[in-house]
Amino acid sequence: MNDPIARLILQKDDKEYIGHLFGAPVSSSGEVVFNTSMTGYTESLTDPSYKGQLLVYTYPIIGNYGIPNIGKNISDFSESENIHINGLIISDYSHHPYHWNMRYSLSYWLKKNGVPGIYGIDTRALTKKIREEGTMLGKIIINHDIPFYDPNQENLASKVCINEKTIYGHGKYKVLLVDLGVKNNILRCLLNRNCQIIRVPWSSDFSKEDDYDGILLSNGPGNPKTYHKVIKHVEYALKDNRPIFGICLGNQLIGLAAGVNTFKLKYGHRGYNQPVLLEGTSKAYITSQNHGYVLDVQILPPNWKILFQNINDGSCEGLIHENKPFFSVQFHPEASGGPIDTEFLFDWFIECMHSSNKLYR
Amino acid sequence: MKKILVIGSGALKIGEAGEFDYSGTQALKAIKEEGIETILVNPNIATVQTSEGIADKIYFLPIYPKFIKKVIEKEKPSGLLLSFGGQTALNCGVKLFEKGVLKKHVLKVLGTPIESIIASEDRDIFRDKLNTMNIKTARGIVVHSLEEAFSASEEIGFPIIIRTSYALGGLSSGFAHDKKELATLIDIALSHSSQILIEESLKGWKEIEYEVMCDRYGNCITVCNLENFDPIGIHTGDSIVVAPSQTLPNSEYQKLRTFSLSIARAFGIIGECNVQFALSPNSEDYRLIEINARLSRSSALASKATGYPIAFIAAKLALGYGLHELKNYVTQTTSAFFEPSLDYVVCKFPRWDLKKFSRSSTQIDSSMKSVGEVMSIGGSFEEAFQKGLRMLDIGLEGFINPKKKR
Repeated sequence: MNDPIARLILQKDDKEYIGHLFGAPVSSSGEVVFNTSMTGYTESLTDPSYKGQLLVYTYPIIGNYGIPNIGKNISDFSESENIHINGLIISDYSHHPYHWNMRYSLSYWLKKNGVPGIYGIDTRALTKKIREEGTMLGKIIINHDIPFYDPNQENLASKVCINEKTIYGHGKYKVLLVDLGVKNNILRCLLNRNCQIIRVPWSSDFSKEDDYDGILLSNGPGNPKTYHKVIKHVEYALKDNRPIFGICLGNQLIGLAAGVNTFKLKYGHRGYNQPVLLEGTSKAYITSQNHGYVLDVQILPPNWKILFQNINDGSCEGLIHENKPFFSVQFHPEASGGPIDTEFLFDWFIECMHSSNKLYR
Repeated sequence: MKKILVIGSGALKIGEAGEFDYSGTQALKAIKEEGIETILVNPNIATVQTSEGIADKIYFLPIYPKFIKKVIEKEKPSGLLLSFGGQTALNCGVKLFEKGVLKKHVLKVLGTPIESIIASEDRDIFRDKLNTMNIKTARGIVVHSLEEAFSASEEIGFPIIIRTSYALGGLSSGFAHDKKELATLIDIALSHSSQILIEESLKGWKEIEYEVMCDRYGNCITVCNLENFDPIGIHTGDSIVVAPSQTLPNSEYQKLRTFSLSIARAFGIIGECNVQFALSPNSEDYRLIEINARLSRSSALASKATGYPIAFIAAKLALGYGLHELKNYVTQTTSAFFEPSLDYVVCKFPRWDLKKFSRSSTQIDSSMKSVGEVMSIGGSFEEAFQKGLRMLDIGLEGFINPKKKR
């Protein structure tokens, strides 16, 4: 415990949490959210959907297998090139990590990316606080105080998505991938299924693109209502008949474009153990989730149905159109990290593109 | 379903202890809750499941096909639960099936079908099934001479492990790292047995287990995974076991988890099963070691470590419920179809009593020697580890140097 003292301050809590610093020695603020997964910190830290958040792990020991080599290659063991969280809050940091695939220690990697971490925090008490009072703003203070920062006030996609159109692969199915902060494993899942990916920045007017077989709206950070531009483009795409598949933020944007509202969950779903049920069946799946907002499906627009429902709290986990090949899910079928039980949804998407190719061409 | 026969835990002995009393008791409670009459066969009066109010009727008879058959003839139950009494109960059920007793009395085995149990126990069927699923198992070749042993060793690659058939206590088995060592071992082995098994050595590989629950709709979850502190080669019962796994990143964890689920589905498990893997410490290479199509020592540990009532839910699944239809008995509001996320670490320590067995070796190996165990929970691995060592009650203060002055 020779590491310097670090403090964690919450907006809605008088208590100051004292811990020790690891990672970069800089103060940082953001929205405090908790994740219940027991493994997969590399994947979560590089997941663009966590942009602007201070991530709390309920599982106490973090860092035990280090960090693998992370480069620009999408086949690497990460979800993007960078760390997207603003800070990491854990109970017990593993100072002596080991794994055959390890390149750096977690602390070194955080330092390299300018992100602070704090360990020695009672994360169980902190999580209980968030569960009772809802997600709140917080800051990790190392030497000087800084103001609170609310990431949900701004559009975060521009900070995490690519700058210009990029093409991947030479497969049979051309997928127009709208990058709102896409995770690498979505690309891998498509490339493994004979796809060519046309990845465009979130703000691009994809209604101007025409050479594609289907649209995939990716995951991404923040409040879906800050994405007016994309919602407009999706409204346009919904008039067409080509398949559309939405994941996480993509699901919310399809919902908003179809006329469904969204609201913020008290403390979100973040973890690898969220159960969902395929509507009208007895098929249940364990899914990987990371979202704070959800679709309000009390009244559904005509022709839209619920595709999946959360077994724990009954919230909407996905939509499907009754007669067009449009569907979307709130969870992460690409997982990484988390269970890959719903990866078959990518096969559905391919199947949609396959049959609509036959129908419309 | 009006009357169900449960085969109980039997005698407590090394390798088969209190965990089967626990699982049987849970199962009996789960069936009783449904208003179904329960019959228990268990010769051991010193168990919880034979206490008053747990089962409706108890037969204090040995777990032998002969006696179970008589109980079936007398009671005429319509359902039979085999997977709650350990390996003895399972073997007994398989024998009754093979003798045609179950068919004769139109007795339905609830939960995992008996054909699946046989498939999981029979080495050949097991290996064939996994080969068709492209899941790797440890490679092994049966040889009868030195020449055959050499060609087998070339195919498998050193190091290899040599086992003789029908030899007790690992007699004349051992590791060979080159042809010279192999020749010596084969020489000795051939003097004991004409059949020798040459298997690839997984010495030093990590031993990882998953506890899987499956319902009749094919919905599956893993309640928990366990990592053995001692690598492959040491029996799980003699090993320090940690839950959840400590050294696996997401890709390895999910890869093995996905295999576990597809194996459970392929074998038609309804209820609980335990899947054991060897995982290379230097790559993502793995081998499936075995599956247990029943409640096991590990499932009892997983149950206590996570709070998920595995045996209770397994009994409900055997009665035909789906996992998503059952409640999480901890929260009472959420579903039993979930995977517990721990915010603590669990360690299990074996407790030996080898002084009582004067001539036994104090070396631990692939057959179990411990007579009991201690489970500890902590907010860090160190905490759980130290707690466990202290609670073994053998005078240890923990993992410390006793000579060092404080």
